[in-house]
Amino acid sequence: MTQTSQATTADTTELLPGTSGVVADWSSDQVAFKRVPWGKAMMWIFLISDTFIFSCFLIAYMTVRMSTTDPWPYPSEVFALTLFGQKIPLILIAIMTFVLITSSGTMALAVNFGYRKNRKVTFILLLITALLGATFVGMQVFEWSKLIFEEGVRPWSNPMGAPQFGAIFFMITGFHGTHVSIGVIFLIIVAVKVLRGNMDEERPGFMTGRPQRYEMVETMGLYWHFVDLVWVFIFAFFYLW
Amino acid sequence: MAQTETQQHPLGVYFKIWALLFVLSAMSYMVDYWQFEGWIRWFLIVIFMFLKAGLIVAVFMHMIWERFALVYAVLVPPLVLIVFVGIGALEADYTFFAREIFLSPNDFVVEAHH
Repeated sequence: MTQTSQATTADTTELLPGTSGVVADWSSDQVAFKRVPWGKAMMWIFLISDTFIFSCFLIAYMTVRMSTTDPWPYPSEVFALTLFGQKIPLILIAIMTFVLITSSGTMALAVNFGYRKNRKVTFILLLITALLGATFVGMQVFEWSKLIFEEGVRPWSNPMGAPQFGAIFFMITGFHGTHVSIGVIFLIIVAVKVLRGNMDEERPGFMTGRPQRYEMVETMGLYWHFVDLVWVFIFAFFYLW
Repeated sequence: MAQTETQQHPLGVYFKIWALLFVLSAMSYMVDYWQFEGWIRWFLIVIFMFLKAGLIVAVFMHMIWERFALVYAVLVPPLVLIVFVGIGALEADYTFFAREIFLSPNDFVVEAHH
């Protein structure tokens, strides 16, 4: 086992820096991504594929919005809330954005404290991240129910104008919300693993049988930051545009 | 652990980026709140969006500390999306054009020319 992991990730020889390093890394045998745990490299590959999925959705949204002859609803007003007797535009989405960014920050801290092998703080930070993620999903449920029951928006129709608005809205935010929900579940799983001391004792993983390390927290973090990243684009293109 | 480099950086970096992301989010919200219109709106939205995305990828996802072999493998392939955006815009343009001619309420205007 040690030998296999040595063969796949070990490289004690000097690595070339910069652009010549790209050529050297890619042309070297077996391992192109030097000094990167395999799990992290695979997460990046997955995130590239996910980038293309969300890009397809956003490009479809662009195409549909440019080609419709019906008026597009004004998101600023659609997602306004009345707070303290005042109608504040887009406030719900703004709060959701801040919740997600806060969770990204706690996730980054969790990765950092993981590498310090601080079991308890890592656990607490992962749990806070999961809670903020769950808050985000909760607010999305509120947003969806408001749109479905009060405004009467459907994936195939929309009383405020272009029917494409409903189709695109439910598809994009639904897919993103699913990503957040899956992230929350995995955050809780990783948090429990950390608390149990799986990483400190490098116990064999459930799926792979490889020793678990705090690098798992970083891999989890990549996924979580990606979810936040996608939201940045949805926020700009769907809600602000 | 000698075979892999861990991504260990001072905490201050994260707090600074965190604060920046908050400020940028607040600013993009203000674009809507103060009702900027026209090209300045699109310009500000896109600038804040790319700044936020860049900070998240570069620092939170540790891209600036990775070797270029990984950085290029991740960041270069999505560039083909620019072509896809172009195709989508082209498609949308003629669809809109066709709908304006054949499906608009002013259909009778077109028919009057027969």
